[in-house]
Amino acid sequence: MALIDVERHEIRERMMNDLQRALKKPINKRHWAMVIDQAKCVGCTACTTACVAENHLPPGVVYRPVVETEVGKYPNVRKTFLPRPCMQCDDPPCVKVCPAHATWKRPDGIVEINYNRCIGCRYCISACPYSARTFDKGFFYTDGTPEIMDYEKEPSFEYGREWPRRNRETSPIGNARKCTYCIHRVEKGILPACVTTCIGDATYFGDRNDPESLVAELLGSPRARKLREEEGTKPTTTYLV
Amino acid sequence: MKSTIKGLVWIIAVIGFGVGLYGMFLRFTTGDRLTDYGSYIPWGLWVAFYIYFIGLSAGSFLLSTLVYVARIEKLEKIGKLALFTAFGCLVAALLSIWMDLGHMARVGNVLLHMNLSSMMSWMGILYSSYFGIVIIELWFALRSDLVKTAKTGSGGSRTLARLLSFGSSDISAEARAADHAKLRVLGIIGIPLAIAFHGGVGALFGVIQARPHWNTPLMPITFLIGALASSGALLTAVVYIWGPDKSKEQLNDIMRFLGKIVLALVLFDFLLEISEFLIGLYSMVPAERLPLEAILHGHFWYVFWIVHLLIGVVIPVIILFARAVPKGRPDKPAGGLIAFACLLVAVTFIAVRFNIVIPAQINPEIPGLQYAFSGPGLKFTYLPTTMEWLVSTWVTSFGVLLFLIGEKLLPIVNPEHREAA
Ligand code: SF4
Ligand code: SF4
Repeated sequence: MALIDVERHEIRERMMNDLQRALKKPINKRHWAMVIDQAKCVGCTACTTACVAENHLPPGVVYRPVVETEVGKYPNVRKTFLPRPCMQCDDPPCVKVCPAHATWKRPDGIVEINYNRCIGCRYCISACPYSARTFDKGFFYTDGTPEIMDYEKEPSFEYGREWPRRNRETSPIGNARKCTYCIHRVEKGILPACVTTCIGDATYFGDRNDPESLVAELLGSPRARKLREEEGTKPTTTYLV
Repeated sequence: MKSTIKGLVWIIAVIGFGVGLYGMFLRFTTGDRLTDYGSYIPWGLWVAFYIYFIGLSAGSFLLSTLVYVARIEKLEKIGKLALFTAFGCLVAALLSIWMDLGHMARVGNVLLHMNLSSMMSWMGILYSSYFGIVIIELWFALRSDLVKTAKTGSGGSRTLARLLSFGSSDISAEARAADHAKLRVLGIIGIPLAIAFHGGVGALFGVIQARPHWNTPLMPITFLIGALASSGALLTAVVYIWGPDKSKEQLNDIMRFLGKIVLALVLFDFLLEISEFLIGLYSMVPAERLPLEAILHGHFWYVFWIVHLLIGVVIPVIILFARAVPKGRPDKPAGGLIAFACLLVAVTFIAVRFNIVIPAQINPEIPGLQYAFSGPGLKFTYLPTTMEWLVSTWVTSFGVLLFLIGEKLLPIVNPEHREAA
């Protein structure tokens, strides 16, 4: 298989360096991209869990589920895994339908949501062809126990702001939510939570505008595919199949 | 008979309002947590009720223009009734969709931070304009009667009429002619507006490419025909119960006329439906097929077969054919049965709306997604909860009560006067 030849120990170092270089550029000169190698994914869902922990996701909200597909008949079965973050589409249908300009495409490629402006109409959830957006109904994991634990009320830092869950009314409760490529970490020079936790090094991240970057190199692979490209959404997230 | 029905409607509306209050209490204290819609099926019962009522409103308004713009003499006495029905349904529709928002207090953002590429922003603009037109039109339609009631009426009606006539007192023939001229202009503006906003609701669904079952250019047309059929039916029932009934013959005549219109509309709507099913079921694409299969033989097959097809199409069509169409015996009273058939069409139309909103969302956009992660709302099935039903009951009862109280206090029905010039 034409795997691009990157030494395992080099990968993270290289991505961190890519990040540093990208952050030195003005925001509109970089374009964050994620590449997921399906051949390397073992379906452990470490990324899913890391994402939930990083973003303090409540019950019912998930940014990066790993979808399993079983092929063949027992005992000759094989499984393929498809981690599904937000595609950070270049032509995002979710942005087009939002009645309140509460979600938009940033110059660095991230599709951002302003939770304080979002009215919770869920039109964007309907319009996303990847079901990448979920609705925060205001649940806590410790619902139904004598006490809602404090750690559940701690803020998430999405888009570099603080979003605590002190009550059940204020944003991000009542809003549409989705993967942010951990932009709050990235802007501090740290890789997204899913990238750092992936046990198979199956998820890559970086600036696709930088020809020297690992993701730019991987995007040129003949194995590169986009999910449901026929939707015309021009996804940024790319899979190596 | 009619007063019994009126009384019954009052009782049902008051009970619905009271019981529904509990749902509203839950809505305001528990937010969205007791609802069954969520992340993979984001829109549920309240959206269905919203398009149901907004269709009734748009259709009633368009029918009122038959009086004020087309000046069809036969219908002249029911213009105000149609307008007022449009108003009541509009209020119920807006309440229903407002309850659906995750952040109700931010509804103003739709106008404040308007996004012209979003059909929902357009809804905000068009509804506001339409609301204005309906209110102004109602006022001109009622003005001369309000002035009269303010002078000669009694009790609450009189006080209200005084208040609402805003000091206007001219009821000369010229002034009334001027009212009619204004009504005509408002009606003419209102026609494209009503078509735009209800066609627009269709487009709101139609543009969602991610849900192929919605994504058809015919969506706005289907919505409009459905709106006319359901509202025509509602109005026919309303006219029978609350309309002018001084002359039995005249009422009979109006009922037959309306009955025929409803019959044609229901059949045309059904034709659109058949075409949608035939083309859709031919498709191999799961997102096209699955919703239709779910409608026909899913868990809720009876919503289509029994509520919609049997009670909402077959029975009313048979009755309407038998009562509204035959010539020859014009004096044979047919109003009651026609009204009954139309009531069936109007009430069961919620099933059509439900089947537009829900099944389109049951097909996983990424196969297997429902097994990838679990949590509330992460599923591709939907069954409205008691709380959702209670809220919809309240919203519906609120609209009905608004109509009932308005009809009692305002001079909506006045058998003495011609409304068309
Ligand atoms: S994947 Fe969905 S949520 Fe993400 S940008 Fe595309 S349409 Fe929007
Ligand atoms: S849920 Fe929020 S972000 Fe999504 S379309 Fe509605 S207002 Fe916009």
